[in-house]
Amino acid sequence: MNYVALKMLFGDRAKYLMLLCGLTFAVMLIVQQGSIFWGLMVWSQSGISNLNVPIWVTDPNISQVEEVKPIADTTVDRVRSVPGVEWAVPLYKGVLRARLVNGDYHRISVVGLDATTLIGRPARLLEGRIEDLREPDAVVVDQWAIERMGGPEVIHIGTLFEINDKRAVVVGIAVTQKDFQNIPAVYTTFERAVRYAPPERRALSYVLAKPQDGVSIEEVTRRIREQTGLGAFTAEEFGLKTLVWVLKNTGIGVNFGTTILLGFIVGTAIAGQTFYLFTVENLRQFGALKAMGTSTITLARMIVLQAFTVGLTGYGIGIGLATLFGNIAGAGGRLPFVETWPLLLLVFVALLSICLFSATISIIKLAKLEPAVVFR
Amino acid sequence: MDTQEQAPAVRVRSVIKSFGTGDTKVTVLKSIDLDIYLGELLLLVGESGGGKTTLLSVIAGILDIDEGHIDVLGVPLAELPAGKRTRFRGQTMGFIYQQFNLLPALTAAENVAVPLFIQGLRKSDALRRARIMLDRVGLGDRTEFLPKNLSGGQQQRVAIARALVNEPRLLICDEPTAMLDGPNGQKIMEILREVGRSPHRTVIVVTHDSRVFHFGDRMAELTDGRIVGIHPIQQEATA
Repeated sequence: MNYVALKMLFGDRAKYLMLLCGLTFAVMLIVQQGSIFWGLMVWSQSGISNLNVPIWVTDPNISQVEEVKPIADTTVDRVRSVPGVEWAVPLYKGVLRARLVNGDYHRISVVGLDATTLIGRPARLLEGRIEDLREPDAVVVDQWAIERMGGPEVIHIGTLFEINDKRAVVVGIAVTQKDFQNIPAVYTTFERAVRYAPPERRALSYVLAKPQDGVSIEEVTRRIREQTGLGAFTAEEFGLKTLVWVLKNTGIGVNFGTTILLGFIVGTAIAGQTFYLFTVENLRQFGALKAMGTSTITLARMIVLQAFTVGLTGYGIGIGLATLFGNIAGAGGRLPFVETWPLLLLVFVALLSICLFSATISIIKLAKLEPAVVFR
Repeated sequence: MDTQEQAPAVRVRSVIKSFGTGDTKVTVLKSIDLDIYLGELLLLVGESGGGKTTLLSVIAGILDIDEGHIDVLGVPLAELPAGKRTRFRGQTMGFIYQQFNLLPALTAAENVAVPLFIQGLRKSDALRRARIMLDRVGLGDRTEFLPKNLSGGQQQRVAIARALVNEPRLLICDEPTAMLDGPNGQKIMEILREVGRSPHRTVIVVTHDSRVFHFGDRMAELTDGRIVGIHPIQQEATA
């Protein structure tokens, strides 16, 4: 009877297409919005992920990576003295203003790295060498700086600009994960970054550290917390802390959650209603099948097969369209679009529940159907 | 054939069937007694609302009775659990409806094969048997047509082929000629008459169409929920 069920489904092309469109739309909307939401969450942690270090030490009351709470310069040595720490280096992080030669001002996120080790440097440079940061007034900008600050004609290797009236020379173009606030990153050495920044009593933003081999990262962070009284977080913990802060303090979670919920509701409503109508309009046919000896269980199986066939087709097309959108609109990391397997699994479960709901209301109708309907 | 000497294929005794409750309760069948024999084509006639279709439905086991007893081919239908009754119906009965009730998305052959699919037959075997059956009702050249591309008479012949494909012993027909013109109605009844002549089969036809009365062996008249008469039909009238 599976064959009959599928022929019935595909035979009513208008309803089949409407069902397919409804489910495809729901899947596409949920995947697209879910991927953008997750992309934004990934962006919110780019201040951590771009530096790629295992332990972050800072003020214990910090909420998120961009909320810099300067700590004492002596902290670096205190962290280095904690047993199990292999190395610890200073990091400056702050938002300053860059003035280009054409007079334009731009907000930039200055990252000051330890000059000796350059720990926290970008993983990949499009142009130039990271070691050139040790040259006088040298800075490395990321690819988003070129985009935001006037294009490759304005920002390129050798470009001069000012940070807080002090000279900066571009010696490299780095590839980084875009920042949540969409502020371009400018890398330089720690000492030079402090010189660029307005004078403050404390200039150290973070201490970056790594545990020795054989010592667990959780153990080392615990020791740092106990011995320094500071906040010490693994990169994952700090990322999660930042993510939670973003969800709590921006409307992103609610906004995207609402859209995703709407996609689910609209998908359920369209699929449920259309599928129910499909069943109601075929009631005589189902009645005839029942009269001819088809059991209610077999009819229910036919309905479930129909629901899941159209559902899985819609799932495939919806994900395909959402991925296509992400690949086109988010090419080069311009759009926060991160499609993950847990999201696809979640959407699959959501779709199964839509199909199950649609099938259930139709099955209830069929279970109550008296085959005598065919004689009326 | 003297059918009255054999055990009836369908035995209806004191059957009462009502719809609704309280003030809205309507008794549609009022103590019906009826015997229908193998090798017989029984016409069930009477005014609209007289209970013909309800009687057909209770004989088929697709409506429960309130009181009484129905045996179909020796099986007490009302006493079977719903699942067994459905299976029994699928194995022993064929149905022909006024509105054909063909599945519009299925070809003629696929429609005819549906009862065989229900029995669990393989698709290729079911379709092969369906094509043979369509050939027997004169539609061998229309097997791959969708119902919408067939005339009313052809659709009803597909419905007959579907009803006969699993060789049912009881054929139940509800106004099979109501939607057909005279010549097509006659053709359909000729096929049913042929089926009814088999000593192993019984055909029950509900009809208003007086032009086809002569195809029956007997005629039971149902008025206001009661059988008011059962008359043998003069076979010479069919000549």
